[in-house]
Amino acid sequence: MCAILALGLVVSSGRAGAQAPGETLGSPHRGGTLRLTADSSGGTLDPQINYTSTYLQLFSVLYDGLLTFPKVEGMAGTRVVADLADHVPEPEDGGRTWRFTLRQGVRFSDGRPVTTDDVVASFRRLFKVGAPTAGAFYGAIVGADACLAHPASCTLEGGIEADPDSRQVIFHLSRPDGEFLQKIAFPHAVILPADTPAHDVGNQPVPTTGPYRIVSYDPNRALTLDRNPAFRMWSAEAQPDGYVDHILYSFGLDDEAETTAVENGHYDWMYEDKPQDRLGELGARYASQLHIQPLFAFWYLPMNTRRAPFDNVLARRAVNYAIDRRALTMLYGGPALATPLCSMVPPVFPGGDIACPYTRDPTPDGRWHGPDLERARALVRQSGTAGQHVTLIVANRSIDIGMGTYVRNTLESIGYHVDMKPLNIAIQFPYIQNTNNHVQIALTDWFADYASPSNFLDDLLGCENFHPGSDSSINMAGYCNQTAQDLMIRALATTDTVAQADLWRQAARIVMDDAPTAPIMSMRYLDFVSARVGNYVYTMLYHLCFSRVWVQ
Amino acid sequence: MRSSSSLPPGPWAVAIRALARDRASLVSVGVLALMVLASLMAPLYARYVSRTDPFLSNVAGQVQIDGRAVDIMQPNDNPLHLGLSPIGPTGRGAYLLGADSQGRDVAARLLYGGRNSLLIASAAALLCVVMAGVVGIVAGFFGGVVDAVLSRIMDIMWAVPVYLFAISLSIVMVSQGLTIGPFTITSDNLLIPIVIIAIVYVPYAARPIRGRVMALRNSEFVLAARGLGVPSARILLRDILPNVTGTIVVLAPLLTALALLTESALSFLSIGVQAPAASWGTIIQDGEGLIYTRPLVAVAPGLAIVIVVLALNVLGDGLRDALDVRETSRRGH
Repeated sequence: MCAILALGLVVSSGRAGAQAPGETLGSPHRGGTLRLTADSSGGTLDPQINYTSTYLQLFSVLYDGLLTFPKVEGMAGTRVVADLADHVPEPEDGGRTWRFTLRQGVRFSDGRPVTTDDVVASFRRLFKVGAPTAGAFYGAIVGADACLAHPASCTLEGGIEADPDSRQVIFHLSRPDGEFLQKIAFPHAVILPADTPAHDVGNQPVPTTGPYRIVSYDPNRALTLDRNPAFRMWSAEAQPDGYVDHILYSFGLDDEAETTAVENGHYDWMYEDKPQDRLGELGARYASQLHIQPLFAFWYLPMNTRRAPFDNVLARRAVNYAIDRRALTMLYGGPALATPLCSMVPPVFPGGDIACPYTRDPTPDGRWHGPDLERARALVRQSGTAGQHVTLIVANRSIDIGMGTYVRNTLESIGYHVDMKPLNIAIQFPYIQNTNNHVQIALTDWFADYASPSNFLDDLLGCENFHPGSDSSINMAGYCNQTAQDLMIRALATTDTVAQADLWRQAARIVMDDAPTAPIMSMRYLDFVSARVGNYVYTMLYHLCFSRVWVQ
Repeated sequence: MRSSSSLPPGPWAVAIRALARDRASLVSVGVLALMVLASLMAPLYARYVSRTDPFLSNVAGQVQIDGRAVDIMQPNDNPLHLGLSPIGPTGRGAYLLGADSQGRDVAARLLYGGRNSLLIASAAALLCVVMAGVVGIVAGFFGGVVDAVLSRIMDIMWAVPVYLFAISLSIVMVSQGLTIGPFTITSDNLLIPIVIIAIVYVPYAARPIRGRVMALRNSEFVLAARGLGVPSARILLRDILPNVTGTIVVLAPLLTALALLTESALSFLSIGVQAPAASWGTIIQDGEGLIYTRPLVAVAPGLAIVIVVLALNVLGDGLRDALDVRETSRRGH
């Protein structure tokens, strides 16, 4: 697999875009249809709005930004490489100016060339359409504040300038942002044609720059991709050519049916987590088709800090003491797939290594040793919230319901009256973000947008990410601690990695003390593919790379 | 005057004697009594035998088997060490039938589930025959516009498939609860499935009662009573009701069986008994995900439903035979 990738890199560096007929990256495994299946569609096709992992994975082979994360395995896939820009720029003006040069010769799938006007328009559009990450990721661009306040008239005046002759696009930031390049590489910053409507395109596809284009979309049935006729490979690591000719993404089967369909070879890959009751069968009979992969992700319980009973910090701490993280890892699939987590940050990042404040029998090693139900009950009594009614919102997948049932039992055992409300996965995630739905506590997972503690601490608990009344209020807890926020801002601004790590740790400790969420576990990714799938390439951020697998 | 001892036995005494001679009915009564008794013993089993709380997850728990502490969730035997399965039947007191995916004792849940299933089924059947009795007697006795209106309402209800009707009512009531004037029934209250099931079967019970009343309405003793100026209410209570009681009694076990099946179906669909409470339907749903590894979780409550429904149907047949006048006449002569 790695040899093939290396071969691809050699080929691309030697004769970018030139390939022998019927071959992809020097391999004859070109052609066929890759058949994917998911419980439901990911919603809108707008790549600047959609924030579901279902479509972020798909968009990575459809669209390109100035920069991207390379489609290679391991930690190498978390660095930033040039994509539509011809190189990764160096910071200027103390990190306040970034100068990109647009690559020559790239075209959209409708045949039009990608220009600097498209780049400028795409960044303005990002604010106009209310991209979920507009404020959090791109709020440092000069003029972003005005764009956030008045999206329709967004110009990013003074924040972005372009020179069509030199093909340069220059960003000016109001403050240094140590993660600006990662944010430019994130899919919401993809480059779209300048005339793309300044509203959610919904089910209408936008021309692409990657190896595939969208040819049909029925969110209730299927999404079909075929080759982008205008695509000429410019970088094998940024955007390699695809092996398969077509990608068919079907919707409607539940996780159990998807598992059976992949076992029988009716589909090549399934999106959903594999049902717990099928893991034994999969491990015993289909081990060669399974891939256990590292993941920047965790499961957690966001608690609404602005609504009873979890507006009381003692109640939130009680939940953290009560949750049996080991039991929940068992419901997720056991120690092969999950590890108990007692921090808002997975252990691979700074902040994930702080001592667990909510454990039975604390020891100097700071590890979580088990739940402390007595202490949790005492905290609930002390908080005066005992006996209150709590509704737990979960997705209607079998794993979510299994874990949700456990959490409901736990909350009841510490003194609450609990209802569990399962919602369709496509609805649940926006539902739990919107304050109008008065959600008290939810069970959900979160995948990092890129490899940084900020994706967990700042994204999920940053003051700027709480938007009352919006479906895109990713700070579901409604939490805002200015001390923690200042530490996070300092961590984001600094380039000193040691100091940065220390700042993240300080922020993580404050957050855990305030307990706006109850972290549960960090997970590994279990992929299950059909027997005919070859060249399985897993990237840390967007998982299986659809353009790199072959089916014949 | 003849002495009372020389009076012929009344119809109820005849029916009871006939039923007592019917071995199948007696076995059915015995089976039902056993199921009810076992369900009533649920707390004793959970407390003194199983020593678990069947409503609390126990995924990380252990059970003592032959003096050894055994994890309730067992690692699957596969090279990737993927997944865990709940412990299977131990054949001993605790976890006699194994555990479900939440690590709960299936046997204890089966007994507790039986309490809810049997309670809902019998209460729904009782409520149904009361409502159907009122509708059938009023429609059959008064006839005319009253009969036309009530019969058309029953026809409309009959036209909707019973499960579709029940599911529609359940979705509304389970998501919002039920508010009648100052009274509110929360969504997890067992009254909700009881009321829903009772309502959907009213047309099925009301129709034969109405037919029987229409026949009685023109019988000589009713016409005589009317001719003597006896008020309608008195005729209904003294002449009609006693003569349709047999029909109602025969319907009761059959409706209970239907109610049990409907409750199980609704609970299986998560719109009947609400967690953490259990019924046989919810336990089958719990077992659905374990059907490959621990089939007993779904099979055990399924078997319980089959046994009770079979017993109720046999009992219903026995009652019908025992209470049918023509049948008893044939037997008597």
